[in-house]
Parts: sequence; structure tokens; C-alpha cells
Amino acid sequence: MNQLTEQTLVTVTLPESSPERSGDAANRADDDSVFSLRGVNVHYGSFHAVRDITMEIPRRQITALIGPSGCGKSTLLRCFNRMNDLITTAKVSGSVIYNGENLYDSYVDAVEVRRRIGMVFQKPNPFPKSIYDNIAFGPKVNGIKGNMDDLVEQALRDAALWDEVKDKLKQNAYGLSGGQQQRMCIARAIAVQPDVILMDEPCSALDPIASARIEDLMTELKAQYTIVIVTHNMQQAARVSDRTAFFTVEVDEARSSRTGILVEFDTAQRIFTNPSDSRTEAYITGRFG
Amino acid sequence: MAAAAPPANPASITTLAVERSLASRKRDWLGQVFQVVLLLSLILSLAIIVFLLSNVLGGAWRVWTDRGTDFLTEGGSRQAEAAGVWQGIRGTLTLVGFVVLLAFPIGIASAIYLEEYAPDNTLTKFINVNIRNLTGVPSVVYGLLGLAVFVRTFGLDRNDEGGLTGGKSVISAGLTLAVLVLPIVIITSAEAIRAVPRSIREAGYGVGASRWEVTRMLVLPSAAPGILTGTVLAISRAMGEAAPILLIGANTGFFSSGNQSFVEQLQGTFTALPAVIFGWARETSEFRDVTAAAIFVLLVITVLANGTAVWLRNRFEKQW
Ligand SMILES: Nc1ncnc2c1ncn2[C@@H]1O[C@H](COP(=O)(O)OP(=O)(O)OP(=O)(O)O)[C@@H](O)[C@H]1O
Ligand SMILES: [Mg+2]
Repeated sequence: MNQLTEQTLVTVTLPESSPERSGDAANRADDDSVFSLRGVNVHYGSFHAVRDITMEIPRRQITALIGPSGCGKSTLLRCFNRMNDLITTAKVSGSVIYNGENLYDSYVDAVEVRRRIGMVFQKPNPFPKSIYDNIAFGPKVNGIKGNMDDLVEQALRDAALWDEVKDKLKQNAYGLSGGQQQRMCIARAIAVQPDVILMDEPCSALDPIASARIEDLMTELKAQYTIVIVTHNMQQAARVSDRTAFFTVEVDEARSSRTGILVEFDTAQRIFTNPSDSRTEAYITGRFG
Repeated sequence: MAAAAPPANPASITTLAVERSLASRKRDWLGQVFQVVLLLSLILSLAIIVFLLSNVLGGAWRVWTDRGTDFLTEGGSRQAEAAGVWQGIRGTLTLVGFVVLLAFPIGIASAIYLEEYAPDNTLTKFINVNIRNLTGVPSVVYGLLGLAVFVRTFGLDRNDEGGLTGGKSVISAGLTLAVLVLPIVIITSAEAIRAVPRSIREAGYGVGASRWEVTRMLVLPSAAPGILTGTVLAISRAMGEAAPILLIGANTGFFSSGNQSFVEQLQGTFTALPAVIFGWARETSEFRDVTAAAIFVLLVITVLANGTAVWLRNRFEKQW
């Protein structure tokens, strides 16, 4: 949590599409990708959790991160919006370039980053407030102008939850079912009008019907948003994602280290029908992990 | 059916066997003894409390029937029939005011800093452990500290006369009690803040809230009931402490305050209910009933304060 203090001293507005910054030519990704990761490493203290990740996240598409438990999918996902700053021991190196700006440059304000790059967590985590206040919280702290009622309604409609909750907006969000809570968390993320939505196993606590609704929702949302999703459900990844990244754990017995690496990153079609790496094939056919 | 006759079918044999095994199950006698011991200790402590309370209530009742509310509005006196607790009540409330104004803001702010802002390093841990230890320091030690620092160092000017705090004054006692409860406030508030789930904070940061916004709008409201509970403990403790205020030099009975300015009053001599009780308890047996009545008044005030805080806490909880 400490890094945050220094960072919040400087406020930098990240441009939607990056202006030509001199000397940044090398950083500039092609227009079709929102993120480009260059040699990203994450350490927790002396534990090397994720090694040397280089990948591009395409704009307005769904990118799925899959791989066995502990391979660092969540860790990597939390680099996309500097959520790792909240873990004191976590240290990120390399660059996470978002629309031409390295999010880990010292002048970048992590708070502003998270407004543009929203996050939905594995377990639904409503604030202990009313449904309305849950959605309105983000716009309020970010000073988003406009009629708050309309904003709340629009976010809930986008998250396909409006019809179920329109009569009980003032009720506590904990009264919703798990699936409804998760869609409310998606609505909460949408309400601040982000550019990207990160989802860490958003369906793991839900039944198949609720999961299917969220999958439909993601497919609708990708018209407007770039989505990066971590999932353990291979069918889900195959169904919803345009591109799929497969990670695995590299175990070094001698140094007793377990490090996450990116094995293969391709269109979902290719990963699930004709992977080029044998480890990917073993994983998706269920022979491993 | 005759008792000795074998049961008609196998099903009822099973039933009988089950019944027998349930009925003749060997009791865990050690467990029973333990249960009895626990019950006896509960009864014993209840009996002691009832005995003390009936003693206090008896005295309080006699004073009430004799003098009514006069007892509450009269000041100190050498005559038991004329002695009242008004000065004690006023003193206690003033001291509580000091605690509320000083210890609560400083204590809650410290807790927020320790939990939400301080780096997670050895220094922070060291500070945490020491604050925790301070809650266990006997109150008489705080009294000595107050005597040395507030009464002597800040209380006497070069001519050994009343300085900043006015020596044995309301200010010195208020400051001492504030310092005494500060660790309690910090520890209970820090625990309440720590109990707020991490997922709530993450959700807040996830929509682009700053640390201050997360703390103010999410963490503190969630922690408020716990923090209030801590402040209840602190107030009750401050109201009941006798040792530190006696050390600092509370008046134990007979003093009159003339027409002084507010600051002069704060720098002037003081008393509080525990000091009044202490003073009367050492008097002749005529004072026995008024002492009991004063104890009763202190109890009522403490219960009222606790009740208010519990009410506040419930209100906060309902808002969520
Ligand atoms: N806060 C932390 N402190 C220390 N080590 C951590 C922390 N979080 C994760 N790790 C370690 O980093 C590695 C990667 O963890 P991560 O949570 O990113 O895996 P994951 O791929 O998301 O797993 P899962 O699929 O089970 O969620 C694991 O070995 C884990 O033990
Ligand atoms: Mg994970």
C-alpha cells in the first residue's frame, strides 16, 4: 500500500489515445492493442511469481487468461490496473504499456489508472450499502457529471440487472443473490465509464445459469469495452474469448521455485483446436492441471 | 407381551437395542463435575454482585427518601445530612469532556494511520506492540505521570505558582485521563478498522477511489460500530478511575467555586465522583449512606453513557 502514497502525489491524466510523446515511439503499440506488456516480472518478496511476460491485449475484444492454479493469472491481471500496489510485498518490473503510456512510470497516478481500467473480482464484493449507492460510489468519487439516477439505471441496464432490481434500488446489496451481486459488481465497474474491464474468475461462485448470463453480458459489453478475463472454465474461455493466453508453472526443483510463464497466446480458435505447444494441448484436453 | 418373551420380529430387536444403548449411555462424569464447578462460580460472582448492589441500593434508597433530589444538587459539606454530589457529577462530566475532545480524535486518527497508511515494517509493529502494552499499565502509573508532567512541569512557573495547567487542576486531571484511555481508543479502533474485509477496500480502489476516499467512505463507516464500542470502554474507564485523579490532587469533598472565568475554573481545583466517594468513605459512619448514594449515582451515569453508545452503535449498523 505504500507505493500508492507517492504515486497519488502526482496526477496525470492518461489520454484516451496517446499523443505523440517524443522518445516514446518504441513504447507505442499498434492501434489495435490497448495494452502491450513488455518483459513483465512480478515478485512477492523474493518469490518470483511471474516471469517475462510479453503480450498484446487487443482493443474491444475478450482476452482470456487460462492455466493451472498458482501460475500467476491473478497476479498478472492485477498488473493491468496497478492493483498489485495494494500488496506491500509485490514488486512489478518491466512495462505495462496502456495506450502508449507505461502504467508503472513514476508519474502515473494509480488511482486514475484504476478509474480507466475497472476490475471485477472472483467473489462478489458489494459495499455494505444500497444497490443504488454501490453503483453511484464510483461516479461520485470520480466527479462524473450528469444525472446520477440515469447513470445508475444505464449501468444496471448494461449489466442486464435493471429489471430485477429496479424496484429495490434502496435495499442493501447483500440481499441480492450471488449471481445478481456479481452482475451488480460489473455494473459498478461500468458506471465509471472505464476503457477496460478486468475480470478475475467472475463466474467461479455462480451456478451455470448465472454464469451463462454473465457470458452473454461479456459478449455484449465487448462492443464498447476491452475485456480481460481469468477463468478456470475451459468451455467458458472457448465460448467467450477472442484470444486466449495459456500460462503454466515452471517448477525448478533445484531452487525450489515455482514461476508462472506464458506458454502460448493465440486466437481462441487455434488454442482450443490446434495448439502449437504440447503443454497447451495437454492442459486443454484435460491431461494436466 | 410378557417381559421375558423374545420380541416378535427382528426389527423390534434393533429398536430395543438402540433404546437400551441410548438410555444406558455412560455419562461423562468429569464433564458434569466441570459443569457444576462453572455454574457454582457463576452463582458465586452473581451473589457477590447482588450483595454489593443491595448494600449500595439500601443506602441510596435511604438518602433518596430523606432528601430527594437535593442530594444531586448540593455541593460538598462537613455534615453528612447536607453533603451532595453535584460537584462530583460536574467534575466527572468535565473530565469526560476532556477525554472525548482529546483522546477520541487523536486515538481514532492514530488508529487510521497505523492501519491504513503506516508501512508494514518493524517500526510499525514495535509501535503496535507498545500501544498494546500501554493498555495494561496500572492507572496509578498514569497518575504519577500526570503528577510529574502536567501538575509539576507544566503546572508550576518559576515561582512555584500556577503555570499553564494551573497545577492540581481540572486541566491536569483531564489530560491525564485522556492519556490513560488513549491506548484503549487506539487499539479498539485499530481492531475495528482491521476487521473491515480486504475485499471492500479492493472494490473501492477498483473503481478509482483514492486511499482517503476508501478510508473515509468505506472503511470508517464499516468500522464505526467497533470504534464506538471502544469509546464506550474508554469513557467508562475514565469515569471510574480514582487512583490517578487522587494522585493528581482531586479535592475530596469540601470546596466551593466562586465566580471564576471559564479558564480559571479549568485551572482551578477539581473533584470527580470517584474522589467524592473516596473522601466520604473515609469519614465517620454517618457518611455511610451518602457514600452508597454517590456510588449509585456513578453507576447510573456509567450505565447511561454505555447505553448512549450502544444506541449510537445500533443506529450506525442499521444505516448500512
Ligand atoms: N499476496 C501474495 N503474497 C505472496 N505470494 C503470493 C501472493 N499472491 C499470490 N502469491 C503467489 O503467487 C503465485 C501466483 O498466484 P496467483 O494468485 O496469481 O495464481 P493464479 O494463477 O491466479 O491461481 P488461481 O487459479 O488458483 O487463482 C502463487 O504461487 C501464489 O502463492
Ligand atoms: Mg487467481
